[in-house]
Amino acid sequence: MTATPARDEADKALVGLPLGEKGLHAADEPIMRRVKTKLTSPFATAAALIIAAIWTVPTFGLFVQSFRPAAKQVGPRSDGWWNAFFDGQFTFKNYVDATAAAGSQSPNLSQYLINSTAIVIPVTLFVLVLASMAAYIFAWGNFRGRHAMFIFVFALQIVPLQMALIPLLQLFTQVLQLPAGSYTQLWIAHTIFGLPLGIFLLHNFISEIPGEVIEAARVDGAGHTTIFWRIILPLSVPALASLAIFQFLWVWNDLLVALVFSGGTPDVAPITQRLAEISGTRGARDYLNPAAAFVSIIIPLGVFFALQRYFVRGLLAGGLKG
Amino acid sequence: MEFVGGKLLQVGIAIAAFAAVIGLIMLLVDRAPKSTRDKVTVIGFLAPAAILMIVGLVYPAVQTSYLAFTDAKGTPNGVDNFVWMFTQPEAVITLRNTVIWTVLVPLLSTVFGLAYAVFIDKARGERILKALVFMPMAISFVGAGVIWKLVYDFRGPGIEQTGVLNALRVAVGMEPKQFLLDAPENTIFLIIVMVWIQTGFAMVILSAAIKGVPVELVEAARLDGANPWQQFRNVTIPGIRGSLVVVLTTITIATLKVFDIVRTMTAGNFETSVVANEMYTQAFRADEPGRGAALALVLFLLVLPIVVYNARVLRQQREIR
Repeated sequence: MTATPARDEADKALVGLPLGEKGLHAADEPIMRRVKTKLTSPFATAAALIIAAIWTVPTFGLFVQSFRPAAKQVGPRSDGWWNAFFDGQFTFKNYVDATAAAGSQSPNLSQYLINSTAIVIPVTLFVLVLASMAAYIFAWGNFRGRHAMFIFVFALQIVPLQMALIPLLQLFTQVLQLPAGSYTQLWIAHTIFGLPLGIFLLHNFISEIPGEVIEAARVDGAGHTTIFWRIILPLSVPALASLAIFQFLWVWNDLLVALVFSGGTPDVAPITQRLAEISGTRGARDYLNPAAAFVSIIIPLGVFFALQRYFVRGLLAGGLKG
Repeated sequence: MEFVGGKLLQVGIAIAAFAAVIGLIMLLVDRAPKSTRDKVTVIGFLAPAAILMIVGLVYPAVQTSYLAFTDAKGTPNGVDNFVWMFTQPEAVITLRNTVIWTVLVPLLSTVFGLAYAVFIDKARGERILKALVFMPMAISFVGAGVIWKLVYDFRGPGIEQTGVLNALRVAVGMEPKQFLLDAPENTIFLIIVMVWIQTGFAMVILSAAIKGVPVELVEAARLDGANPWQQFRNVTIPGIRGSLVVVLTTITIATLKVFDIVRTMTAGNFETSVVANEMYTQAFRADEPGRGAALALVLFLLVLPIVVYNARVLRQQREIR
């Protein structure tokens, strides 16, 4: 009925394993043991730094490139980004050109940044609320067929967006008569596509909340709505924060859904659409690509840092029952 | 700046409308007579998500399943699309590539993500170190395309290289290499890009899970003389098994669906195509929606084992509870 007995057994099993092997390692040299007891050994630190370096170098190259003059980036006199440290030619012009609001030729990224923000904030909120409501019912509701339904929702993750876009667009424009080139279409489409994964991730967390907590609330006379808002959601903050950051990124970085539903107007098109347009026009504005790409990751990175303090125990923390 | 105000207003209205709908549902659930309250709760909590998913995912999926058995004009043609799929010359290569992608990407991303999460756990500057590996997730595929062009770029021998890897090759006296053109290893170089992106996802979730493993368990194992590797194998891994399944599953599905990387870097040429890319090409470029739909069905079949596995894990969890 409750998680406790199983968890205790698991604990015993876990602790039992090293116990059984104790004899083998009792002979280990004390010094060796002291060095090894911390997982952050010199070897681990070195390995972590190597991974960090390999993962960062490509982006760092783009970062350096974004400050180099146009002639150094493209064309016959261009060379590798690392040469910037030898020729010392750095400029802010790329960023000024990329964000300038004036002139029909300017990429005018600031407007698209606002569009992206206006698309992503409601979608993230909608997905979090709707997915946690559904996940709560799948985990703690009591009706026949909920396992089967949950597996079905899980399987919906594989429906390729490319296949779902056209029927949905027809529905929006012909049946619902939603105005073309408005945020509404983008909000609804993104929310739909975010739900299966959101429900899957949150279900795994919410189903591991100890049953006693919910049972106790029920005995005290709390109904489903009270349990959901007062107990489930506060306890799920780490999971909600993790899902929020990923949902934010998926929508922020989406190009496909935007291409279909934004109608291509500068009024609603997100920044990815603009980035694709800039890199699509061969030649003339190639030198803006690195700067524009960097402008577009500032806000997601800020969100990541802002939410990171909630990652103390994230999705599925304490999944001992696994 | 007036356009900013207008947009803010739209966002405000949308959120207010959404809050009103949710509030109404909660009110109805609370006010329902006791005898039907459980039923009303289930319906009220599930209905919004269910309606959206039926309209936006189930209906298109059904339509796609039907399309898979029709030709370019929409007339039913039996299993012709599937026959075409498996008889075209590139079919074997496309399928082979898809299998390589779905095996390597989840495996490598999870291994690197887990190793990194363990290594930096409680280290000084953990937040910054996390952000470094997380950063690729924050970059759009368009941005990633630009970034990896700076890594894989090729220029003829004798001309100064602009790609990092070829500059290194030339520096040690090797010939520059066409990383994205030379089959079959070019598929590996595309996979590296996906691993680079997905490792951040694995790392964030697994790092959170590691912090959820009770400290007492690790401490007990340590006092019992378990070395760090044994602590990791016998305490940490069982403690985060649930998260590992979630991470592997999510990345596998994302990999099966990936087409942006292939699309932007090679457009599926030079023997690098995958099923998702073929699907896009057939449905949107070649005007063969039937063939595209048939490929989508194959993708679904490929993911079926993962669905079955997760269903089993779920059932085991319920039995424990």
